[in-house]
Amino acid sequence: MDPNTHKLIHTFESLADLGQEIAGTGNFNEMVRTSLHLLLGTLALRRGAVVECVGDDGQAQCISHWGLGEQYTPEWTLDHADRSVLLSAGVLQLSNPDSNLASFFERYAESLREQSVELLVPMVVHGELKGFVLLGSKASGEPFNQADLEIIRAMARHIGVGIHGHRLIEQIAQRAEENKRLYEELRAIYADTVRAFAAAIDIKDKYTQGHSERVGKYSEVIAREMGWSEAEVEGIKIAGYLHDVGKLVVERDIINAPYPIDAKTSSELNRHPEAGFEILKPINHPYADIPLMAKYHHERLDGRGYPDGLVDEQIPIGAKIVCLADSFDAMTTDRPYRKRRSIEAVVEDFRRNTGSQFDPKVVSAFCRALLKELTGESKPRVLKMLGKGYLQTEQAVPLLQQLIADIEVNPRKTAAGGV
Amino acid sequence: MGESTIPYVRSHCVGTTAVIYASDYLNKLTGERIERECRKQLNEGCRALVIDFSDTQLVNSIGISILLGIIDIAEKSGARVIFSDVNHQTVELFNMLGLTQHVVLVRDEHEALLNVGSVVTHPLQTNH
Repeated sequence: MDPNTHKLIHTFESLADLGQEIAGTGNFNEMVRTSLHLLLGTLALRRGAVVECVGDDGQAQCISHWGLGEQYTPEWTLDHADRSVLLSAGVLQLSNPDSNLASFFERYAESLREQSVELLVPMVVHGELKGFVLLGSKASGEPFNQADLEIIRAMARHIGVGIHGHRLIEQIAQRAEENKRLYEELRAIYADTVRAFAAAIDIKDKYTQGHSERVGKYSEVIAREMGWSEAEVEGIKIAGYLHDVGKLVVERDIINAPYPIDAKTSSELNRHPEAGFEILKPINHPYADIPLMAKYHHERLDGRGYPDGLVDEQIPIGAKIVCLADSFDAMTTDRPYRKRRSIEAVVEDFRRNTGSQFDPKVVSAFCRALLKELTGESKPRVLKMLGKGYLQTEQAVPLLQQLIADIEVNPRKTAAGGV
Repeated sequence: MGESTIPYVRSHCVGTTAVIYASDYLNKLTGERIERECRKQLNEGCRALVIDFSDTQLVNSIGISILLGIIDIAEKSGARVIFSDVNHQTVELFNMLGLTQHVVLVRDEHEALLNVGSVVTHPLQTNH
């Protein structure tokens, strides 16, 4: 093969390899190291280094070198004048230094000579100096010809683009990480605010302190058992915390009535889901449908709930979950006019109202979650909130298992007949 | 004569000469393995490196750069470098790029060992 053709093919192969290398998203140091090898190997140059500008104060440091000794780690300082010259310079031959770079060469000529560096090639990308490549002599001992210098200039530019691209990707990844951290912080602040708000709601009702937080946590347990995503589970927990926010507009005396309330006060109290919806609607929540879950947490599958008398499929599933969690907490906590119910009574209530008030899928999921806690399959979150001794494993497990089995057999039986 | 244990790089020593076998494609991965093996052999006192290219079909630019690095460290250690059994295409490449000014090219491993005097049976025969 004609030597020139051979040389041309060898150069093209190197350029193709270099293009592939700089376009990759792998390890930055490996990319620079391989690119330098490709440049050196194209013309069989015995040594070289890639120096990258770091920061805006003219500092530059060697990020890869070959043939310059293992300890070669010099740092450089480029003043404004140096950078201006390098920006417009092509390939600089150190045997014939640019007079405009006199001060630069005065500072570094000795070190460059010691390392037998012959060429300095600036890497300029989008009019910005990214660094420079230092190159030693050809293994053949021949001087650099014009074609060599063109190849070197082109490959150095490619390496500059590679460095620029990788640094951009690093910056983007870093910003994405920062944004993620900020988002997590905001979510935590939002959750803390909501929790504080829930506590404020519950303070109004001296008999149900902690109710909103418990409803949030029960809702979370149910949703997780139903296979919801983490974001959805987080959302339903928030909805649980805020489901009674509308009680803020209901008179304290009605909320704290130490007896079962009559029809008039009941209708006053029943305003709270809609009031809650109005309060929550203007807020830009990071989770979907929180206002609707608050609005519809007193709806029933049989259409006898409030405020809109929706039936089954019209009720959002989140509202159905909050509804069950709300009822469960109401039954398992002391009220001014009654003590909390036993687990047998609670299960009986679930049985009686599944299909009419409660969604069978939701009841079933809650029972499964309780069973998992009782059998040690999952952490005792609900059990912890219920307090020690409320649920006895040997007593509760068969009750819950039977209810799950019954719901499976006949999920839609209404209150009239019970499950 | 001891066999090296560095993965994927076949090598052995004859006296103070290390014979290292290059793989079918001398690129970054295989080149760096050979370079590590050469450094190791030089550190252990070898005075000559024979790199055998009998299995090598192709050498790319990275391979060239790494070979130049090996020549460099061998020179600094006062050791000789001999390339043996290089195919015609690669010889052309080495000639074109000037590598042949720094190494001796010989027909095969035996000739390389004769060249460095590790095997003394016949007069030296080199194939520059």
